[in-house]
Amino acid sequence: MSNIGSYEERLKNFSWSISEKELDYKPGRVINIGWYCSDRICQQGKGEKPALLWEGLGGTEKKFTYNDVRRASNTIGAFLRGLGIKNEERVCLFMDRVPELYIGLLGILKTGAIAQPLFSAFGDESLFVRLDNAKTSAIFTQKKHASKVRKILDKLPSLKHIIILDYDGKIPLKEREVAFSLEKAVPVDSFDVFPTTAESPSLLHYTSGTTGQPKGVKHVHYSLISQYLTTKWVLDLQDEDIYWCTADPGWVTGTSYGIIGPWSMGVTQAVLDSGFSTEAWYRFIEKYKVTMWYSAPTAIRSLMKAGDEIVKKYNHSSLRYLASVGEPLNPEAVIWSEKVFGKPFHDSFWQTETGSIMISNYPGMKIKPGSMGKPFPGITATVVDPKTYEPYGEPGKIGLIAIKPGWPSMMRTYWNNEDAYKNKFKNGWYLTGDRASIDKEGYFWFVGRDDDVINTAGHLVSPFEVESALLEHPAVAESAVVSKPDPLNMEVVKAFVTLKPGFAAGSDLELEIMNFIRKKLSPLAMPQEIEYIDSLPKTRSGKIMRRILKAKEWGEEIGDTSTLEND
Amino acid sequence: MEDPKDVVLKYVSAEYLEEGSDPITYDTPLISGGIVDSFSMVSLKRFLENKYKISIPDGDATPEAFDSVNKIVTLVKRFVK
Repeated sequence: MSNIGSYEERLKNFSWSISEKELDYKPGRVINIGWYCSDRICQQGKGEKPALLWEGLGGTEKKFTYNDVRRASNTIGAFLRGLGIKNEERVCLFMDRVPELYIGLLGILKTGAIAQPLFSAFGDESLFVRLDNAKTSAIFTQKKHASKVRKILDKLPSLKHIIILDYDGKIPLKEREVAFSLEKAVPVDSFDVFPTTAESPSLLHYTSGTTGQPKGVKHVHYSLISQYLTTKWVLDLQDEDIYWCTADPGWVTGTSYGIIGPWSMGVTQAVLDSGFSTEAWYRFIEKYKVTMWYSAPTAIRSLMKAGDEIVKKYNHSSLRYLASVGEPLNPEAVIWSEKVFGKPFHDSFWQTETGSIMISNYPGMKIKPGSMGKPFPGITATVVDPKTYEPYGEPGKIGLIAIKPGWPSMMRTYWNNEDAYKNKFKNGWYLTGDRASIDKEGYFWFVGRDDDVINTAGHLVSPFEVESALLEHPAVAESAVVSKPDPLNMEVVKAFVTLKPGFAAGSDLELEIMNFIRKKLSPLAMPQEIEYIDSLPKTRSGKIMRRILKAKEWGEEIGDTSTLEND
Repeated sequence: MEDPKDVVLKYVSAEYLEEGSDPITYDTPLISGGIVDSFSMVSLKRFLENKYKISIPDGDATPEAFDSVNKIVTLVKRFVK
């Protein structure tokens, strides 16, 4: 029997108080995610149960029980307090998927500070804009990533502490740097957890939009109410499960469902800290006897590409339930997983801003391969007319996915950008920026983004951010960045550039520009293709018309060109 | 002519290793070791194509084929005339 039981019955009797009761939370009382994910589980008698089964490069293994996680997060919290970090200060986690990332998030939350996880592959410019915007006070990192922080330190007066987790003493610590080793630190058994309440800020995740710099999505401790129940009902985690969420906690899936959801339920999770390899992933499932696997379409398609024979080399009989998130899961992937694993991947849809799953396929519910599924109980979702923001009354019409505000994990604002936050709401609906249709049975079908944001392998890339970085390359005069279809990543970044006088187009320059963006922003933002053109299509007022370039890439009609310059 | 193994090793070290990282060898896992991700593989492939005036079909540019300097050189040699 699944946790959700009958989806239809849950719809009839739903209230978020179900989650509050299960978590023993009463409105107005203290709620701290760090405590809920460690101390509470120990109080339930699960202190010796494994919380984290971790494997790093070369097969290095580490195991943490819930009591270990409780003490280690206390230790990190006490260390931060010792540095003078106060509640609501921002503390960044900028590291690979090492245990300190998972446990450190709880430690930060226990102090009442705001955790700001950032993807460790970010280049120095991406890192700078996010730390500068948040006025971050401290950053946890590894020595391999510290050089990126050092490069931008002079421009970040608010950043008081750079905490190096694996300092080996080979070179002296630099300005504002401090070493911290979880293994060597004296464990703190008792810690005075900060009494955060429902609306106390918890996490700051950065996301990209079409215009402007990345926006910091502010979440609060009450988000736990959504994250706990969606983990239980959508991912169907059971007490004896070994759960593997393949997302990096630098992104929201990796925190909501890679830390908070499973640990608030007291479930054991396995983490693989290495790059992608088909063999390594299949071996990991076999070795740790993974039962529940939450992954992403790009990874699933990469596994499909490697073929069916390699699947047979490993024992996957432990797998009980599969789910996916990040970008639409194509029907072929659902059918393939049924063929090779004997189980379908259940697609789910949500965003950094929603904090938890909004639309999904549920255990026991008929899956329509290619569909996003149906709204989570308690979530009112629809598609609205993009002009009037009124819900469409008839099935099959493509509109904007819109959600009625008020669920517990909804973002509370964009950091220092209340105008952008307010702009996300129209006619009483939160607008996701994604387009879809709803069929007669209430299933949602994803169509695409409603803006120029590029969804590559489930991560959003801002064309504005890439264009701005391109202009810093000495050869680039102008640039326009659009998405390009890609069979593996759904979309990839493509850049059109015009060159300054004295620079010659060529493949060496193309590689130079690609690497320039990769190091400055991130590998995700690196254009996979650069096309040199003499001039960019612009309106008569001089605005670059990205949609013309994008339409060409997607083989679509160019549409109205009446405002095109020199048309 | 410089040994392709050294050319690739130097390039990967210069372009993909963070300052302070442990040095790599000809057999260090690059993709599965998290040094080069699937997106960055595109620029590494482009480097090889430019350097050796070859074209590596996408179907051959797999994470497994790019997983170490030795494997990359084996791949490159298949296409160098």
